[in-house]
Amino acid sequence: MEETTYKSISPSDFFYRNREIAGFSNPSRAMYSAIRELVENSLDACEIRGVPPDIYIRIREVSETGSGTSIYALRVEDNGTGVPPEHIPRCFGQVLYGSKYILKQSRGTFGLGGTITILYGQITTHKPVRVTSSTGGDIHEYEMMIDIVHNKPIILSHRVRANKAGWRGTAVELYLEGDYSRSMYRIYEYLKQTAMVNPYAEITFIDPRGRLYRFERVTEEMPPPPRAVKPHPQGADVETYRRLIAITGEKTMKGFMTRHFQGVGPATAEKFLQEAGIDPGKNPKSLSPDELVKLVRAAREFNGFQRPDPSCLSPIGEHLLEMGIRKELGLTDEDFLKVVQRRPSTYLGYPFIVEAAIAYGKTIERRLGRGIKIYRFANRIPLLFDESSGVVWKVVHKIINWGTYKVSPDSPMVVVVHVCSTKIPYKTVGKEYMADQPEVEREITNALRSIARHLRLYISRRIRLARERRRLSIFEKYLPKIAEFSAKLCDREKPPDIKPLLKAVSLEVSEAESPLREVPELEEEA
Amino acid sequence: MRRRLKLAEKRRAAVELALKQLGKIICEQIENREFPWIMLQSRSTDNIVYDPELRQYVLGDRVIRRHSRNIRHIRPFAQLIWTAWFARELLKLRKTSTLREVYYSARGLRDIEFKSQDESDEIITDLETALNMPRESFNIYPEERSAIFGDLTIEYTVPGYEGKRLNLTEHPDGMMIGPALSTAEIVETSADKVLVIEKGAMFTRLIEEKAYKRFNAILIHTAGQAPRATRTLIKRLNEEHGLPVYLFTDGDPWGMHIAMVIISGSANAAHLRGLATPDAKWIGVWATDIIRYKLPTENLTDKDVKRLKELKRDPRYQGELWQREIDTFLEIGQKAELEAFSRYGLTYIVDRYLPDKLEEAGA
Repeated sequence: MEETTYKSISPSDFFYRNREIAGFSNPSRAMYSAIRELVENSLDACEIRGVPPDIYIRIREVSETGSGTSIYALRVEDNGTGVPPEHIPRCFGQVLYGSKYILKQSRGTFGLGGTITILYGQITTHKPVRVTSSTGGDIHEYEMMIDIVHNKPIILSHRVRANKAGWRGTAVELYLEGDYSRSMYRIYEYLKQTAMVNPYAEITFIDPRGRLYRFERVTEEMPPPPRAVKPHPQGADVETYRRLIAITGEKTMKGFMTRHFQGVGPATAEKFLQEAGIDPGKNPKSLSPDELVKLVRAAREFNGFQRPDPSCLSPIGEHLLEMGIRKELGLTDEDFLKVVQRRPSTYLGYPFIVEAAIAYGKTIERRLGRGIKIYRFANRIPLLFDESSGVVWKVVHKIINWGTYKVSPDSPMVVVVHVCSTKIPYKTVGKEYMADQPEVEREITNALRSIARHLRLYISRRIRLARERRRLSIFEKYLPKIAEFSAKLCDREKPPDIKPLLKAVSLEVSEAESPLREVPELEEEA
Repeated sequence: MRRRLKLAEKRRAAVELALKQLGKIICEQIENREFPWIMLQSRSTDNIVYDPELRQYVLGDRVIRRHSRNIRHIRPFAQLIWTAWFARELLKLRKTSTLREVYYSARGLRDIEFKSQDESDEIITDLETALNMPRESFNIYPEERSAIFGDLTIEYTVPGYEGKRLNLTEHPDGMMIGPALSTAEIVETSADKVLVIEKGAMFTRLIEEKAYKRFNAILIHTAGQAPRATRTLIKRLNEEHGLPVYLFTDGDPWGMHIAMVIISGSANAAHLRGLATPDAKWIGVWATDIIRYKLPTENLTDKDVKRLKELKRDPRYQGELWQREIDTFLEIGQKAELEAFSRYGLTYIVDRYLPDKLEEAGA
């Protein structure tokens, strides 16, 4: 009988063996994921620093592998905070090391995206990564590889250069096996949609064929940065409670609840603990494992907590989102565009905000064709895969009856939905689409319905206008003929003047062009 | 001769004036900042009624306003004005035109052009209704041509032929009833009756057999449904010259109806007076003749039976003779064409049948 051996594996080893989870399942997908991970880290770094991002991306083809793929050099550079030199090796050479273990909205969640990209590059090309960074002082340049088995960085070289130009930011350059021609469309879509929700970012991309793509900044204005907040008692899991108990200095459960959680005052704490059947005076450190589980379960069911504090969220804002969509779709004043931001809401103790927009019109028909196109964003990240499995698709195609709003399935329309939350309800580890959490689904539905009411007015005005224009053109066509032949019929030399009649008709047209009436706010379905 | 020419000239001038008036009204409406409009009697089926007094179909009291303010009216309105102008040009130039030529004349005229001849025919009918005049009065004629033969002298009024006279026995095939003959004046005739025949073969036979002499009749060939010009001529011969009119058609519902349209007019021309000859008499071929003369027959088709049943309910067919013949047709289930008489030899019809029938009809 063979002996079963047990051993632990390092996180690096785990991701090495399960890289499809992180989006590196094949060369074309990996190419897209690599860019996405590095760009998102860069955008986060710029927002933490509070400067409008300047992102530079370059892909160079180095050699062909002979199996249809190629080795590429990928460089992503930003003007963000920069990484302090002592953290660089571990930040980029160790999986699950990073600055993202606090409760506020950010793009990545685990701080593994950048490292997994480097890991992928290393295992496909066996070449080191070069990270250059400055927080304002000297420029540090590291060449390193990851020790996969021990989840440790191996530094090959470390150079320090004087920073005469006062550069601040980070540049990552790595080699990877990829398939650009197959991932080209996704990469372009990703960058375009990223630019749409980050109108304050300047994104430059040079592709392996030497083509330059520029997504221009249209504003310096940035949304206010999210604040870090204490966890909400309903949104925290057993592990969070356990860790907080480990670090707390509070001697009573009542004090523990009040100090470490948001929206819990002494009275609420007392009431909750009583309902949970736990003595408010009990020392948190003496809680048994069973009592801990009981506490977490009780918190989920307790109705007396305040709603989670949304100040940890960072929505884009109606104004910025409108600018971004207008810019990336190239909309004109003729087109319809309306953006709404919903009030904060919660699901399972997590705060979230839905922002949505609908664009409609000739420009969309010309640039994207007819039909309803969906752009989905979660915490300002475009979601490009599995569209028809997600909650937005469900709301757009199954819940909302567009006929009510005079929209048909082949109308030239774009639907944009952005959900921001401290925890996006992703359905899978691949983080490609959002689940139909009832609260989230309802917020998206109500957001789109409220916009669709405006759209209905716009469309009926368009229809009316087109009808009036057609009417006018018919009068313009036939009245001169009637005047001409009736004059000839009674031997007159000059036909009678039809201008006053045409003027009367065109007055009606200009009435049809008058501005939109305000839409009365209707009751929303719960 | 001068008097007659003057008469024709006067009629023409009256039509021209009516057309000119129409143009003037439209111009004035536009100058008054009004979208031009005209009133027309409605020609929809529920406004077509049978007038027992006149013994023909007429339009009822309903009028419609064709208004250029209405987006659906403006195109036919413009076409109507163009057609009026075109008619006036015809009159001015003393030319005639067929319905089809009107359709082609508008070809290539932007925004006026007709989609089909049906459309232009409809507009011409509108103009007739608006002016209360038949299209022949503004020189627009149908394609179909019928013929006339007999001792009848006419005098032309058309350009180049003014004052020229012709006796209608001059040509053994008969003379075509076209625009020139329609507008000609009737000078004199020795005939004492008019015999109207549906089929060309029978018309030719009657000329060959000198039936016009024997019965002292003017022969008219309708070539199926009688064209309006022919119906007008029949009416003039009947009313202005006191000649009784006898109608001789196929023995089937369609032949019956050719006779009836000459007598009582058609629903299609309900907007016009002066086309019907209420005193004309249908002398055959009757259903009862089929039995009486043992004529060779064909079976009635489903379509024939359906048509007979329609006619039985038609207000024009309520007379005793008509009802009796319809019932007989349905009873025997047979019909007979005019040509059926050939069975008894080529002269039978002139020697036996027609003298019988004319006598019965009181001629």
